[in-house]
Amino acid sequence: MRYMTAETAEAASTALAAEPGLARVLAGGTDLLVQLKAGMIQPDLVVDIKKIPGIREITPEAGGWRIGAAVANAELKEHAQVKADWPGVVEGANLIGSTQVQGRCTMAGNLCNGSPAADAVPGLVAADASVTIVGPSGTRVAKVADIPAGPGRTTLAKGEIVTAIHLPARAPRSADAYLRFIPRTEMDIAVASAAVSLTLSEDGTVTHARVALGAVAPKVVLADASTIIGTKLDDAALAALAKAAESVCNPIDDKRGTIEFRTSTAGVLARRAALIAYNRAKGVK
Amino acid sequence: MKSIQVSTTINGDPVEFLCTPDEPLLDVLRNRLGLTGAKEGCGTGDCGACSVTVNGRLVCSCLVLGVEAEGAQIETIEGMAQGETLHPLQRHFIEKAALQCGVCTPGILVAAKSLLEKNASPTDEEVRYWLAGNLCRCTGYDKIIEAVQSAAAEMRGEV
Ligand SMILES: Cc1cc2nc3c(=O)[nH]c(=O)nc-3n(C[C@H](O)[C@H](O)[C@H](O)COP(=O)(O)OP(=O)(O)OC[C@H]3O[C@@H](n4cnc5c(N)ncnc54)[C@H](O)[C@@H]3O)c2cc1C
Ligand code: FES
Ligand code: FES
Repeated sequence: MRYMTAETAEAASTALAAEPGLARVLAGGTDLLVQLKAGMIQPDLVVDIKKIPGIREITPEAGGWRIGAAVANAELKEHAQVKADWPGVVEGANLIGSTQVQGRCTMAGNLCNGSPAADAVPGLVAADASVTIVGPSGTRVAKVADIPAGPGRTTLAKGEIVTAIHLPARAPRSADAYLRFIPRTEMDIAVASAAVSLTLSEDGTVTHARVALGAVAPKVVLADASTIIGTKLDDAALAALAKAAESVCNPIDDKRGTIEFRTSTAGVLARRAALIAYNRAKGVK
Repeated sequence: MKSIQVSTTINGDPVEFLCTPDEPLLDVLRNRLGLTGAKEGCGTGDCGACSVTVNGRLVCSCLVLGVEAEGAQIETIEGMAQGETLHPLQRHFIEKAALQCGVCTPGILVAAKSLLEKNASPTDEEVRYWLAGNLCRCTGYDKIIEAVQSAAAEMRGEV
């Protein structure tokens, strides 16, 4: 294995694309080093992207935020303004691992690792976030939702790296929330999860909603959010949302959760996350 | 694998070492630099026994490559006492018997110090969440929380 630190995104991409063997980006390393240690992968080249200028910065952009791909989730948590705009995105990112893991792990690494249970991803999809990708054939922008391709797989081509995540501008009376179910209170992998992002009108009617579910399909899935648009999240709307969430689940059956359990839990989490987002959007603490 | 030369700062001292590109910082500290305070409990980020800070951030040194230490400021448990004078956390851990076998202790002390630098008066719940990535198989945690809180009180000048 060779190790290099890239000075620019283009240099990283060129080196990754030129490597005939297995090449990997190194961000926080909290997935990569575990995979190395377990002998799951034996890369020929590892390219550390943390020295690329701007890649560890959070900057305001078009009313929203640009989160550099190597911003550690502990740094994200300390950014009061991003947290105020996107509390659900930040709470999803902060559920990953322990304080020590937070000091290193990134949202982009969580996305590019391709786990169906990745905790930062549903929040980003509900937020309709996008990513900038630098690759051998130039720079492109894609929706976060289009990156996961299945367990451990992404739609990124060889040599492509994510350089930033973009969170859109927030309309007034908007908020989001993320919930996951794990058997313990900390340090575990989601059995099911849900992220909800909402915008309300002045009278508290939902005018815009996105609902994304994690760990219940080979990749993150969107549930039909039209079930709650035009409502004030009365019981009937919440029941319809839970049903819509259940209907898109296609989970695995394992010792951590049966198909039935994961499916009904996703419905419950979607309605609870919707209520949290709703209260946040109304300014209720 | 070709070794790489790394220049870094550990506990305030400039340090140079050679390591292979896939070598965790934890192995460099323990096997190449003789800093055996950080322990390997798991090697995969689960136990926190290998906790150190890199540029002021608490991390698991088993999940950092040695080569990533280039140009960084690293603090380990070996830098915690000032000569013969123990850090208040170290003293309170002894006074409260907050350790038995001691394997988790260096990591917990480094993690607790990092918490108190950010939050001088944490609640018990905040201490427990902050230390959730530091596993202890002996104490049952209660004495650890008590020791952190009494050290924090002393550091705030309350006793
Ligand atoms: C103890 C522990 C607990 C954990 N708990 C959780 C949890 O609760 N929830 C959860 O979702 N995850 C958890 N994880 C997994 C991991 O921490 C997260 O997936 C994390 O967000 C990965 O980010 P990273 O920056 O460390 O990624 P890295 O390990 O650096 O990279 C991960 C993968 O993505 C690729 N990659 C990274 N950045 C880019 C980029 N910018 N462009 C292209 N490819 C890239 C890498 O090549 C690699 O294949 C845990 C891990 C540990 C060790
Ligand atoms: S040895 Fe690093 S976390 Fe266990
Ligand atoms: S004292 Fe033995 S593991 Fe904590």
